[in-house]
Parts: sequence; structure tokens; C-alpha cells
Amino acid sequence: MTNSIIHIFLALTMPPLLLGVIGKTKAAFAGRVGAPFLQPYYDILRLLHKGSVFSTTTTWIFRAGPIVTLATTAVAALLIPFGAHQSPISFQGDMILYAYLFALGRFFTMAAALDTGSSFEGMGSAREATYSCLAEPTLFFALITLSRLSGSYSLSPMLVNISFGVWLNSGAALLMLVGGMFIVLLAENCRIPFDDPTTHLELTMIHEVMVLDHSGPALAIIHYAAALKLYVLGAFFVHLALPYATGNSFLDWGLFIISMLELAVVIGIVESVMARLRLIRIPQLLVAATILAAFSTLLVIR
Amino acid sequence: MFSILQGVYDPAAVALIAALALGFAGIPGLFLRTPGPGQMCAAVISILASLVGIPAALILLFSPATTTFVLEWGLPFGSCELAIDPLSAFFLLPIFLVAAAGSLFALGYWPAVEHPSTERGLTFFYGILASSMAILVAARNGVFFLMVWEIMALSAYFLLVTEHEKEDVRRAGIVYLIATHTGSAALYLLFSLLAAQSGSFLLPAAGSLSALPPAAMAIAVATFVGFGAKAGIMPLHIWLPSAHANAPSHVSAMMSGVMLKMGLYGIFRTLTFFHDPPLLWGAVLTVAGISSAILGIAFAVAQRDMKRLLACSSIENIGIITTGFGVAMLGVSSHNAPLAYLGMAGALLHILNHSFFKPLLFLGSGVIIHAAGTREMNLMGGLAKGMPRAALLFLVGSVAICGIPPLNGFASEFLLYFGFFSQLQAPTLVCLVLLAPLLALVGGLAVIAFTKLYSSIFLGTPRNQGAAHPHEAGLTMLLPMGLFALLCLLVGLLPQQAMRLVAPAIASFMPPQISAAVNPAEYGAMLTRISLMALVLVVVAAAVTLLWWRRLGSARVTTAPTWGCGYQRGTSRMQYGATSFSELAVSVFNGIIRERITRPSLTGIFPGPTGCGDRPTETVLEKVIAPLFTIAGVSFAFLRRLQHGQMHVYMIYIFATLFILMLWAH
Repeated sequence: MTNSIIHIFLALTMPPLLLGVIGKTKAAFAGRVGAPFLQPYYDILRLLHKGSVFSTTTTWIFRAGPIVTLATTAVAALLIPFGAHQSPISFQGDMILYAYLFALGRFFTMAAALDTGSSFEGMGSAREATYSCLAEPTLFFALITLSRLSGSYSLSPMLVNISFGVWLNSGAALLMLVGGMFIVLLAENCRIPFDDPTTHLELTMIHEVMVLDHSGPALAIIHYAAALKLYVLGAFFVHLALPYATGNSFLDWGLFIISMLELAVVIGIVESVMARLRLIRIPQLLVAATILAAFSTLLVIR
Repeated sequence: MFSILQGVYDPAAVALIAALALGFAGIPGLFLRTPGPGQMCAAVISILASLVGIPAALILLFSPATTTFVLEWGLPFGSCELAIDPLSAFFLLPIFLVAAAGSLFALGYWPAVEHPSTERGLTFFYGILASSMAILVAARNGVFFLMVWEIMALSAYFLLVTEHEKEDVRRAGIVYLIATHTGSAALYLLFSLLAAQSGSFLLPAAGSLSALPPAAMAIAVATFVGFGAKAGIMPLHIWLPSAHANAPSHVSAMMSGVMLKMGLYGIFRTLTFFHDPPLLWGAVLTVAGISSAILGIAFAVAQRDMKRLLACSSIENIGIITTGFGVAMLGVSSHNAPLAYLGMAGALLHILNHSFFKPLLFLGSGVIIHAAGTREMNLMGGLAKGMPRAALLFLVGSVAICGIPPLNGFASEFLLYFGFFSQLQAPTLVCLVLLAPLLALVGGLAVIAFTKLYSSIFLGTPRNQGAAHPHEAGLTMLLPMGLFALLCLLVGLLPQQAMRLVAPAIASFMPPQISAAVNPAEYGAMLTRISLMALVLVVVAAAVTLLWWRRLGSARVTTAPTWGCGYQRGTSRMQYGATSFSELAVSVFNGIIRERITRPSLTGIFPGPTGCGDRPTETVLEKVIAPLFTIAGVSFAFLRRLQHGQMHVYMIYIFATLFILMLWAH
């Protein structure tokens, strides 16, 4: 019970901090002081208190977009275990629900973007549609590998099972999985090298261009949902890459928070040292991620 | 006296009478001079028949005993038996449902007053099609089955060519006719071989034949070709997109929602005759199924005609069902009970689901055609403003068909996914787990196809004048759509209840030793969890909405035009259209489907007005199948000399054939 409360508390409060850490890391690389760690929280609060502008073209779909995206990501956050703890909700087959929840959010985000009738937002949703479709099989290959390694059909045992012992036995498979899932983590969360959340050139953007017309509280919801998505996919990734566990519940929570912050620093470093890829390179990299994950599956089921 | 009453109240008799009533529904209208009452009468009869037929089918689904009726027909093909077992009863449900919904929809969509010349035929053949399908699933004699099958195929043809003054419609009709008769030819072979195996034209009991003799293999091939052509499994799908696109919308709903399933019913029924089927059968079905699913949805993504998109997505859904059935066969062959159960459960539940959301979308396409006057998605846009109710119902169908929670498509795909994952712990056929990423790819493509469909039709601004003034559809059209949307929602929120409908039909498929080894309660519990999670999702979404609502209430809300990124003179033609939305995704599948773009040739300093167009083309169809047809056409050209239109010579042919057959028989 305590673990569930901590889980929900962390999911509600911590996600924007990751964005703050990424920003600070990038600032450090650029030799700037950078915005405070808590800047994303201030941004969300500020947006929540602003008025809204709705396009005259839009229907209720435009307003439903952010709501559905946040709701699906929040439910997905309940299914993923954080650190060495069970997730609050866990049942046989929950990994399939986890994968499909994001599809529901995507459907509504893309429809909301197309609802504005803007060609830029249409462009963004066309890209989002294609890239996330290519990322889908990678996640399933990863789930198969994890299911095989742990012998279970539920996210919590699958992910908590990964330990240094498993790394010693099936290191090659896990290494390829880490590579594939890191690419998917960056692509799904619109980080450099796939997408640049801070760019001001609409033509080159993917996710940010889809939300150009959202304002005020709706934009706050979108920013928070994006941070939460990074947090949820990040928690999945941290299980693979940094499987620390001590056995002590509170120490494990501390370790989990530290791992997430480490992940944010790594993403910040990647963003600092890489340039954004050309759009035509993105599908190739996503297919490469799928092939990496497929190799890891073949290694464990052979 | 009592026994007669009992006979009448026998649910099987009631269901058969209801099925016949569907067939008679269109007949009164043929004799009425004024257009209108006949159509109304047909709708009332169809709805009443379905109101009686659906409960009867439900009772039959759960009843352990099967009543057999014998038709005295005096033909030398053995006794003509009719029986409704749980498998037949399961297939009766969508038939009655879509027949009633379609004939109600026709009142608003194809009103007799506006179409006096075509309405009578349409109403008549619609009833005949529904009735023939309902009797088909009850038929237990091979020859009778073939007769009803032909009635079904031909009535569908007459429905399809309702607008025969259009060139496209006639072409689609011819292609359909060729495809369905190629399939029928395989079915003649199938039932002859079956009769040779079992000794009579009566369909054998489940598990009564051995799969070992070579004739069994021939039967399996004939089954796959004959029924697969009707179901639209690749590569036998070539007739499907144009047929479904060109038929009137409620006919497309019937063809796609129900008639394709008759092909699947045939495959299910025939393959259950055999005990211990070889692994090869299941493997062929699985491979054909998953390739149909991937290619079908890839074609759907590329389409620009909304009904062709829906038709291609039917190929995808039939592919998913066939995959489920294929892995179930593999499960039976390899004595893997969970795989057999989950594959079959997923396939049957998906049949039920597809017969809810596909008719919903096809009926919706009829409403859209009325409002926009075209099927071309690039010319639509912004319809949601004028027709919010139809837009909402269409949205339910679009989300459901993508297999996204909390709607019904997810429940059936969940069972299939779980079946694939459970292979990880199976002793054999572990590689089947690789179907899961492929199905995920299908799901991802479906999201592209249906975001494109919904958004380019209903969202944004109107792209031409036709779409600029849409009107809400009448109640007779919205009511059937609403019914299907409600069913999608109900099955999505309570999948464990829908599983209870499917369970008896699964039991009729599985050999006893396998059904003993499986614990359905375990999977029921999983579906209950899914249902709870759907509820959690709805509650969380409601909570976010409420918070936002309160926030909006206290803040300033203004409206303004869409931000043009600094550009002031954006027009509706500059929006991302249907083709531009899917262009990137289609370019990934360049090998199998291609956008053929015709660009204008600009010459001179001041080029005159010109046009640019695009057409999605299937590579396999253009490079392999179409050349084969051309070769066949050229090489059999000499046979055309036999066909010259002189009646008396035709009669000589018939006489000569009969004479030769008589000599041969003695």
C-alpha cells in the first residue's frame, strides 16, 4: 500500500523534474547557467492560470486531444513498476494494454492536430503517425524478450526480474534491447536526434508542431502528459539498463529516483552532443531499433 | 395439439422461419404500384424477423441439443438436413443484426421515392441475401449448401450492380462474378471430394474424417481457395475493394460485415470435419492470415476513396481472424490447448466485433456520401460541424476498428496477443510468438489509416463546396449506427460477457481432449481485468475533463482563426489532405503499394491550367495478377468462337453434353 502511494505520488510530481534536469545538463554543456531545475513546474503552473484561445475551425475533438493523452499516459503509469517495486495495478497480459494505451492517446493527439486545419499540424501528425507505427514492433520484441527471460506475462514481474544476474546470463540480448529501447525512448518522447522540442522552425518538428494551436490549460496538460510519458518510458528503460536493487524498500525508492535522474542526464548529454537527424533518416534508425530488438528476441527464444 | 405448438416454439424452427421471413421481406414491394410502402414493409418484416431470430439464435447458442430438420426435396443427393448447432447460431447473430439495421438504414439512405427504378430490386435482393446466408449456416447437405451459396453469391451481385449505369460499378460487378465463380468451382470440387470421403452428401460430423489420405489435402486446398475467395484472404482478395466501394452503403455493410464471414464459416466448418489436422494446414492459414492483415491495412493506408479504404481494412480484419484460426489449428495439431483456445476465442470474438464496427463505418460512409456527394476523401473536410451526431458515431467505429482500448476491437486482439505470448512457454512452435510484433505493426498502420479516414472527412475545413453545407442524417440512418456504436462500447467495456457468447462456438471446434485441458475461467478473469482497466481509463479521463472544465470556467476563453505560423492567407486547399497525410507512411511500403502520381507537363513561359493526380496502385496486382489474366485471356481466345449468341446452337451444346454424360454414366 505504501509503495502504491509513493508510486502515484512520484508519477504525479516528479515527471517535470526530468525535463528540468535535461535542460540544466544541456545548459552546462553550452556553458550557460540555465533555467532552474523547477522551471518546467513554473511553466505548467503559469499556463494553467492563463486564458485559452480556441481556433474557430476546431470541434470538441481538439479539446479531447490533451485530455485523452493525459488519461492514457496516467493509466500506463499505473501499470509500469517503478524501481524494484510492484506497480499498483498488475495482471496477466497488462503489457498489451500498456502498448495499446499509447495508441489511443496518439489517435486523439493526431486527430486534434488535424482538427485545426493547419498544414503544419497536419505535417506533424503525418510524421508522428509513421514514426510511432515503426516504433511499435520494437516495443513488442522487447516485451517478448522480457517475458521469455522472466517467464511471466505481466509488466511488473517482467521488469523487476531483470538483475545483474540476468545480465551475466543473457548480456548480449539485453545489450541489444537497451540499444533498441533507447532509440524508441528518444523517438517516442520527441528528443534530439529525432525531434527538437525547442526549435522554432515548424517545418522540421514532429510533436511540438502538433500542439501549435493549444494554449493555456490545454497546453499545460500536454506538457505535463509529455513529461509523464518520458517518465513512464524512462522507468521501463531504467529497469533494463540500471537494474539496481538492495532489498530495502525505501533505499530502492531512492535508487529509482537517482536512476531516473541519471537517465535525464544521459538524455541531456545525447541532446548536447548530437544534431537533429534529417527526417528521411529517422525511419531508417527506427527500423534499425526494431532489428536490434528482434535480434535480442531471437537470442532468447532460439 | 401440444406437440404442434412445441414444434413451432422450437428455437431452431423459429430461427429458420425468421430466416425465411427475411427472404420474403422484399416481395410485397414488387407488387405495389406506388414506391415507398414496399420498402417500409420490408424494413418492418426484417426488424420483426430479427427481433424473433436473435433471441432464438441466442437460445440455440447455449442449448446443448441440436434439432435436425429434414427437407423433402426429391433430389438424388441424399436427405437434405438443416440443423443449427452453436457454431451456426453464432454466425446467425450478425446476419440478423445487420439485416435489420441495413433495411432500416435503407429507408433514409435509398428512399423509394427518390430511386423508384432501383429500390424494388435492391430491397428484394437484400432480403434474399440475408435469408440465404441464414439458411446457409444451417445447411447440412453439400448440394443444398452449394445451391444456397449460389443464391447468396448471385443476390450479392445484383445488389452490387444496383447503379449499373456507371462504368465502375459494372466493372466491379464482372470482377466479383468471376471471383465468386472461381471460388464456387473449387467448392464443387470440395463437396464432391467430401462426398467421396464420407459416402454421402451430408456434411460429416466434427472430427469424423481422417486428415491422412491425399484426398484430405485436396479438400483442404479446395476449402482454402473456394471459401478463401469469398472471405477475401490474400491473394484471393482482388474482387473485394472495388465491389465494396461500388455497392450502395448498406449493401457494403452487409457484404463486409456478414458475407465475408460466410467464407470464414465455410473454412471453420470444413476443417472441423477432420481429426488431427496436419501442422501444414494451420501454418498455411496463419501465414495467409498475417500477410492479408499487413498488406490489407497497408493498402488501406494508401487509399483515397473512403469506401475502398474500409474495404481494404476488411481484408485486414479477415486476415486477423484467419491468423487466429490458423494458430488455433496449429494448437489442435500440436496438442497445445491454450493456443487452440486463445486463437479460436480471438478469431470468433473478432468476427463478432468486426460485424459491429464495419457495418457502423459503412453505414456512416453512406451518411457521408449524402452530405458530401463524393467518396473521395481529398474533397471532404469539416463535416463534423454540420453533422455532429454522425461524426461521434463514426469516431466510435474508427477507434474500435484500430483495436484500441476501451472499445471492442481491443478485446479480441488482446486474446490473440496473449495466445502468441503464451507460446513462449510452450514446448513446440515457440516461433509463433513472432506474430505479436507483426500484429503490432498492423495495429500501428490501422491507427494511421483510421486517423486519416476520420480526420480528413470530419475535421479541418471543407476542401470543396460540396462538403461546405453538410446536414445531419435522419433518425432512420442514425438509429442503426447508434445501435452498432453502443454494441462496440458494450463489448469493449464488458468483454468477459461477450466471451460467454463465443464460448459455445469454441467448444464446437475443439476436440474433447483439448477442451478438457484448458481453463476458460483464467482467460475470463483476464478480460475482467481489461474491463476494469477500461473503467479506470474512463474515470481518469472524466477527472481530467472535470479539472479542466473548472479551470476553463474561471479563465478567459477566446476564439480566433487557426494560427498560420505567420502566413496570413492560408486556404482550405492548403490543409494536409488525405493523400498528403499518408504519403510518408506509404513511401515506407514502396515495394507493395505505390502512389502513382501523374504530374503536369509544364511548357512555355506561361503554362496553361493543368492538373495533377495520384492513384494508389498495388504492385502485386499490377505486376503479377493482371499479366496472368491477360495471358489467360489471350490463350483461351479460341473458346470465344463457341460463344456467338445463337440460341439454337447453345441448345445443341446442352443436348450434346447431356448425351455424353448419359453414355459415360452407363
